Amino acid sequence: MARMKFLCDADRCIECNACVTACKNEHEVPWGINRRRVVTIADGKPGERSVSMACMHCTDAPCAAVCPVNCFYTTADGVVLHSKDLCIGCGYCFYACPFGAPQYPKVGNFGSRGKMDKCTYCAGGPEADGSKEEYEKYGANRLAEGKLPLCAEMCSTKSLLAGDGEIIAQIYKERVLKRGYGSGAWGWKTAYRETIES
Amino acid sequence: MACFARFVRLVLGVAGLLLLVSAASPSVAQQVNPTASAVKEQQLLQELNRVQGRVSIPDQRSGVLEQPAGREWREFRNVTLRWIGGIAILGMLAALVIFYLSRGMVRLQSGRSGRTIVRFSAFERFVHWMTATCFIILAISGLNVTFGRPLLLPLIGHEAFSEWSQWAKYVHNYLSFPFTIGVVLIFLMWIAGNIPNKVDVDWIKRGGGIVGHDHPPAYRFNAGQKAIYWIVVIGGGLVAATGYALMFPFYLSGIEGMQLAQIVHSIVAMLFTAVMLAHIYIGTIGMEGAFEAMGSGTVDVNWAREHHNLWLEEENARDARPQPSVTAAE
Repeated sequence: MARMKFLCDADRCIECNACVTACKNEHEVPWGINRRRVVTIADGKPGERSVSMACMHCTDAPCAAVCPVNCFYTTADGVVLHSKDLCIGCGYCFYACPFGAPQYPKVGNFGSRGKMDKCTYCAGGPEADGSKEEYEKYGANRLAEGKLPLCAEMCSTKSLLAGDGEIIAQIYKERVLKRGYGSGAWGWKTAYRETIES
Repeated sequence: MACFARFVRLVLGVAGLLLLVSAASPSVAQQVNPTASAVKEQQLLQELNRVQGRVSIPDQRSGVLEQPAGREWREFRNVTLRWIGGIAILGMLAALVIFYLSRGMVRLQSGRSGRTIVRFSAFERFVHWMTATCFIILAISGLNVTFGRPLLLPLIGHEAFSEWSQWAKYVHNYLSFPFTIGVVLIFLMWIAGNIPNKVDVDWIKRGGGIVGHDHPPAYRFNAGQKAIYWIVVIGGGLVAATGYALMFPFYLSGIEGMQLAQIVHSIVAMLFTAVMLAHIYIGTIGMEGAFEAMGSGTVDVNWAREHHNLWLEEENARDARPQPSVTAAE
């Protein structure tokens, strides 16, 4: 089985935000929630870089470790998913996550965070693959259809890579070798405890 | 004419080609490395322990790209807190059991007089029991967040545990309001009797009425009760303030502030719970005649004389003042 990862080649990202839009559209993400966003660091200064970030589907995921009701699970592909039926909306995963991935729809009055929502790596949830219930809660399950996450698939500069960790790391390494530079795989050390030597 | 046009095209083409070559060659010669001046992840993380930038979506909070501080919080939540809570609560329970077995219930030395004196008004008792009821439910639903997953979940299964935890969360959130009101009222209505004074020093030296074997003098509240009072007021204030910071995310602080709020909230709550176990012990099986104070609101005069002699004198003096005229009339 593959170990699915995301890799954003910051030297290629042009901050077009198409990944953000595509994700929202594909999964009909609730209002106010962005499963993916593009952050521009040192905006307007020399050396500015943009990084597209969502849930990194960490190895030994902190969200899963701190969840009081143990609603997270890791698929055979290394994708970190959760059950909205079990989630109680306590906010703990969101304190623990290094990437700000978990978010809560505002339901009702104070104190009632709704069920947590985050990037599913286009892999849905615990419901039957491709079912209506799965789509309503988690969005499309592209992985079950043999497709990769839409954000990476439609990235215009192929900055955002999704797929087996070893394969996308290899693609990135070749790029760095060919062009002679690379600002590294953002978030990899935090998420996977490894970096790509370049 | 066609010949001239062909000539112009040729000239333009050559000129264009020359331009391209001249434009391309310097960049090759300079060997530009754009990442040399680019922002670097590890450098940013070392400087601020987080990477932050600008986002063009409305949710500006998502500008924090990376914040590995959650790891330390995870360690606290999953390991440190469980040790603190386990030692504080189980340790207190064990200490109370040992204490009860060795000391037993502290009896009224002079027995009951049969006469009673009002100790707590109906309003005081209402505030006490409102706060106490909220506290017990808040403590159980709070402990569920820390200890439920390893202890209760394997017993009742995922669905039942989530259902219970969901309700526990709602109850924890909503009961925080009457609890906070109770803490504020307790602070206001008992502050007068809870200012530490000289009598407390002697009381503590003699181990009070529960640890020591005599009855050091005390006013309405002895040093032990004053300690409980200030623990409730300060501890209750802290858990309320940090709890609301967690309940209303991002109103007061970012994620690092909420991590800190959770740490303070949970440590104070664990110690608070341990202290309250001792409070419940003394108020029920630990001391004869103590529960009545909060139960019926009256205590036996002998109990008052043994445990709060100075308070009893004050009360008698107050009652005595109008009394002389009554006795004189008789």
